[in-house]
Amino acid sequence: MKSIISVENLIFEYPQGEECEAIRAVDGVNLEIEEGSFVAIVGQNGSGKSSLAKNLNGLLVPTSGSVKVKGIDTKDDETIWELRQNIGMVFQNPDNQIVSSIVEDDVAFGPENLGINPLEIRDIVDEALDSVWMGDYKKKAPHLLSGGQKQRIAIAGVIAMKPSCIVFDEPTAMLDPQGRRDVMKIIKELNVEGITIVLITHFMEEALQAERIIVMEDGKIVMDDSPYKIFDNIEKVRAVGLELPVIIKLISELRKNGIDVPKNIFDIEGMVNYICQ
Amino acid sequence: MIRDITLGQYFPGNSKVHKLDARTKIIATIMFIVELFIVNNFYGFALATATMFMIIKVSKVPVRFMVKGLKPIFIIIIFTFVINVFMVDGTILFHWKFITISYEGLYRAFFMAARLILLILGSSILTLTTKPLSLTDGIEKLLRPLNKIGLPSHEIAMMMTIALRFIPTLLEETDKIMKAQQARGADFESGSVIHRAKSLIPILVPLFISAFRIAQDLAMAMEARCYKGGKGRTRMNEIKFTRSDIYASVFLAAFLAMIIGTRYI
Ligand SMILES: Nc1ncnc2c1ncn2[C@@H]1O[C@H](COP(=O)(O)OP(=O)(O)OP(=O)(O)O)[C@@H](O)[C@H]1O
Ligand SMILES: [Mg+2]
Repeated sequence: MKSIISVENLIFEYPQGEECEAIRAVDGVNLEIEEGSFVAIVGQNGSGKSSLAKNLNGLLVPTSGSVKVKGIDTKDDETIWELRQNIGMVFQNPDNQIVSSIVEDDVAFGPENLGINPLEIRDIVDEALDSVWMGDYKKKAPHLLSGGQKQRIAIAGVIAMKPSCIVFDEPTAMLDPQGRRDVMKIIKELNVEGITIVLITHFMEEALQAERIIVMEDGKIVMDDSPYKIFDNIEKVRAVGLELPVIIKLISELRKNGIDVPKNIFDIEGMVNYICQ
Repeated sequence: MIRDITLGQYFPGNSKVHKLDARTKIIATIMFIVELFIVNNFYGFALATATMFMIIKVSKVPVRFMVKGLKPIFIIIIFTFVINVFMVDGTILFHWKFITISYEGLYRAFFMAARLILLILGSSILTLTTKPLSLTDGIEKLLRPLNKIGLPSHEIAMMMTIALRFIPTLLEETDKIMKAQQARGADFESGSVIHRAKSLIPILVPLFISAFRIAQDLAMAMEARCYKGGKGRTRMNEIKFTRSDIYASVFLAAFLAMIIGTRYI
């Protein structure tokens, strides 16, 4: 498979003025993300996940090293808008990323910026809102919607730009369980449609749904593997300070007690099938 | 509670006035205000009042709803009335100790009050029948010719759009901060006016910090969605100048001519 994002020896530092030493948030990251894949990034607070994410679409530019999306370098000012159209980004706080006081106008914001013609924008907006099940809320004011609905509007706003990749930075952190499930369902649907997904999250249950998990610690990638392999190494996962998903805890307890759960089971579905057979 | 406050008050509807281009309505409002100062006699005021109520009727906004908007400025109207009654010299109608009321004073006071009331009602037709976003679009389009002399019309309109969007968010934030401080014993309700004003300072500081944080987040989200200023940007809902706008313009021109005419009666 072709890779859509390639990060080479990325170092990113937040400058702190003359006196103080700069804060190194990303420290020598090498990363290739395949087109159409679903990658989760996990790690403790301050491990550099958000800084890495903002480097992916040029909101931050590398201190050294390089980031390329579809071969376009984020350092190149001439192509930065083409790059940002290709790689959308959804942030944690739904309130602070909605621009307009009418839902459909907010979704139209991206396409308007791209200079698409008005009639076409109308269709794009309707389609984007339908794909997050918010078609009935077109004319509503965002501040009257629930957190989950607002986040779905924000996602529609990104979908409307027709990106080939979307980076989600803790999109569910401020939502209730129902809102969280809705957002996860949309993310998976988008992935099925062929959009590459990078999901930053603190919820291991969400990370388990990805096909690849990247674990960060102190600005470095410390683990990078399929969920099954990552959680096979329980000691190491614990050592980097991550919570284990309930299902993984259950499997490891079962094994400890002498029940030999096969190695290829690591999610709820697999476990149900195993128990019921 | 605090999120119920509606600002710029739009009264949803589908009337002919609602459907007019925002630009037509903005220009009409400005013209109406100027005309109120051209008017100098009773006939002019009668004509302006009659025309205004006719437009209100067409707009289908309940008059009751409009008069409600006068309440906050009622004191100002009374105040200008009183000042004018007592301060203008002329033929004396009434004299008692240091109080004198002149014929001219009464006349002037009446006209000033009528002007103010018509001015407020007239301009509220604009905000009641125009969606805030169409209003900002209209302002942007009208200011566009001034780009040449360096007026950033797009940026001004974008600022108004964002302000409209974030007023409820900031009100909510204020509510949250006040509750958090009340929970720790802050008292905003009792004491002298000065004392109460002082107790608002601890609310303003966190509010400002939170506003800056929101601004930073929003700027990042807008940049991520390819916002690069007004250049090369299209709009989904282009405001359009239609046939009814032409009729409205003809009507406005006729109205202007008649108002000027009343000066010579
Ligand atoms: N704007 C900034 N200015 C200076 N330092 C920053 C800034 N943003 C983040 N940092 C620092 O960079 C490091 C990495 O932060 P980052 O936000 O990328 O972590 P994170 O993994 O996203 O954490 P979280 O899980 O809390 O979101 C931290 O040490 C943080 O203090
Ligand atoms: Mg973060």
